[in-house]
Amino acid sequence: MAGPTFETPKLLDDTATLPIPSVKPGAMQGVQSFIAGDKIQEQLGYPGELLPNWKERAIERMGELLQKYRGLQVFLDACVHCGACTDKCHYYLGTADPNNMPVARQELVRKVYRRYFTFAGKYFPKLVGAIDLTEEVLDQWYSYFYQCSECRRCSVYCPYGIDTAEITMAAREIMDSVGRGQKYSNEILGKLHRIGNNLGLPGPALEDTLAGLEEDILADTGVPVRLPIDQKGAEVLLVTPSADFFSEPHVESLIGYAKVFHAAGISWTLSSTASEAGNFGLFIGSYENMRKAALRIREAALELGVKRIVVGECGHAWRVAYSFWNTLIGVGAGAEDPFGKALQQQLDHRYKQPSHICEVTWDLIQKGAIKLDKSANDHRIVTFHDSCNVARASRMGDIPGGQFIIPREIIKASCNHFYDMAPETIYEGTFCCGGGGGLLTDDLMEVRVKGALPRMQALKQVVDDRKVNFMATICAICKAQFTKVLPYYGFPMSMVGGVHQLVSTAIQLGSNE
Amino acid sequence: MTTTTVFFAALFYVATAILVLGLARKIYQYAKTPAPLKIPTTPAPTTKAGVIMRMGREVVLFESLFKSNKWIWIFGWLFHVGLAVVLFRHLRYFQYPVWDIVSFEFVQAAGKYASFAMVAGLIGLWARRFLVDRVRYITTLSDHLILLLLIGIGLTGMGMTFVSHTDVVGLKIFMLGLMRFEINPLPEDPLLMAHLALVATLMIIFPISKLLHAPGVFFSPSRNQVDDPREHRHLAPWATELEK
Repeated sequence: MAGPTFETPKLLDDTATLPIPSVKPGAMQGVQSFIAGDKIQEQLGYPGELLPNWKERAIERMGELLQKYRGLQVFLDACVHCGACTDKCHYYLGTADPNNMPVARQELVRKVYRRYFTFAGKYFPKLVGAIDLTEEVLDQWYSYFYQCSECRRCSVYCPYGIDTAEITMAAREIMDSVGRGQKYSNEILGKLHRIGNNLGLPGPALEDTLAGLEEDILADTGVPVRLPIDQKGAEVLLVTPSADFFSEPHVESLIGYAKVFHAAGISWTLSSTASEAGNFGLFIGSYENMRKAALRIREAALELGVKRIVVGECGHAWRVAYSFWNTLIGVGAGAEDPFGKALQQQLDHRYKQPSHICEVTWDLIQKGAIKLDKSANDHRIVTFHDSCNVARASRMGDIPGGQFIIPREIIKASCNHFYDMAPETIYEGTFCCGGGGGLLTDDLMEVRVKGALPRMQALKQVVDDRKVNFMATICAICKAQFTKVLPYYGFPMSMVGGVHQLVSTAIQLGSNE
Repeated sequence: MTTTTVFFAALFYVATAILVLGLARKIYQYAKTPAPLKIPTTPAPTTKAGVIMRMGREVVLFESLFKSNKWIWIFGWLFHVGLAVVLFRHLRYFQYPVWDIVSFEFVQAAGKYASFAMVAGLIGLWARRFLVDRVRYITTLSDHLILLLLIGIGLTGMGMTFVSHTDVVGLKIFMLGLMRFEINPLPEDPLLMAHLALVATLMIIFPISKLLHAPGVFFSPSRNQVDDPREHRHLAPWATELEK
């Protein structure tokens, strides 16, 4: 396929951050992902094509969302255009298109909100910058709300915590509800509802893959590590991104989880109906779709009778699991419906429910239940990329910021050479990989490559100064995005991998048998 | 009773009603709209006390703004703190007897000189709207007008303090009268009338403008939520319906 041509931005020497570009209006206006067809739309309960009365319906839907989401209402009112966010979005830094500045992206919706829902916008539209909803506006929405990875970096820096992700989600939900959906996200969500995972892998294909992996591990290590599926009565249900079953380097982390459970003697299982942790309902701002996607996991947990639910290396999946599962399906405490109550009784509340695989592994390392030989990773000089949904929208362990500490502690326990990237580009200030939030599609390659620029620049600095040759992440989208984008910037695609890939290399199997 | 006095008395009643009722309506709207999902921006406090501390730092120190841009922080903080100190000094025009703390000479002097900080901050913020191309791009006409209005309020106030004193005794009689629903004559000083007209305008536009960031910040879910979703279930009324 002949992709669109564009110029890859140049990296500079001796700096972790690039200068802020001057605005280039309209630079990315024409860059759009493919629009979803009617079959894809209807599976999710949306109109198949743009409704004849789409304007009225869009305004009506905006009104409904304003009454359902306090964040949206407050965020649309509170912005003062101070400019604090203007240089915070990786897509602005990479493309210089001013509509990729968080405030301007929000204004695309806010201008319409003002026109139809505020006194000033109804009577003095020019004064406050209010505009009618037109096809041109809809087209802009479609361009720029699919150039946002919902990474929430702007919300860290906004004096009022205004979160563009919330506006992006609302805009996407409004567009979906009038029949203008995105092919990539909505098709994947449809596959999840239909088959049980984002890749559309049926049960037998999964079983085959897992059997093949078991053989590989045995050949590699001489230890019969199992990767069980649909095993009733297992202690742990592991839910992981389906990329872990097939893609490189993702599968290396899956092998890592299996080795951790094996070495610690914990019985575990995957589920053929709930193999997928990713939940694209989040990306399109659909509570109903997000809930429906999450319910499969509750059903599988009840059916298999597990005591713990553990989530693999997937950024937005961990956000949905950590922050929303308790709300959506009652994993945590306090559910009222019969299934939620039954799940509560079944789960072992001595453990965090749900747990991240990093919480599990770190706990086992601290207890001495697994042993790691750091020198096995001596060929790697490692840095860590904080994935945005983990960093800015979830947590691990017991203290604020545990999501930054725990993965780093696991890395340090697994290898001898670890160096962080520049402080302003990690932790809650981390730069997105550029492919999150429903952008991991080839039709948006230009957005992805340019959006990765700030991360690539910070990476270049540790590559130059520290000879870093491995960037660990705990997100399937980061892994997929980086393997594709790294070569554009002259880095080898193999330098990205999972935290549990490092664990997999260092772990001493059989030490606890 | 002059027409001017009646006009200003009416203006202040209308402006106060719009400010109070308009803000009450917005606050009610924010309070009754559910926040269906836990979305605090991390690293977020895991306790309610921690959230109060976080919000306190945001409101008093502009913590997030400090992290994002030092120039906006300096100008924004100068303006807001200057305004707060000036407003505090102004309490003496609305009180009888005046609180001791308001009447302290130090407080009164600070309140006078804080106006310089306030106006300097505003000028800095306005300059950014012309000088920084990104900020110029996002500026609307109303952003300019609000800055103009606030600078106008500052300059007319400073004019009465440092250039041409107004009849503050007369002003206080007028203001205390309004608060008791009596109309007393307003001193007919052009500077004072300009100052009061601008202040009333600010009060009127407050509930329909971006000045809503003042109540809004307290309702921002990314800042006011406790990070404890695994420990406590969080369910909005409309989401409860989906469980049935």
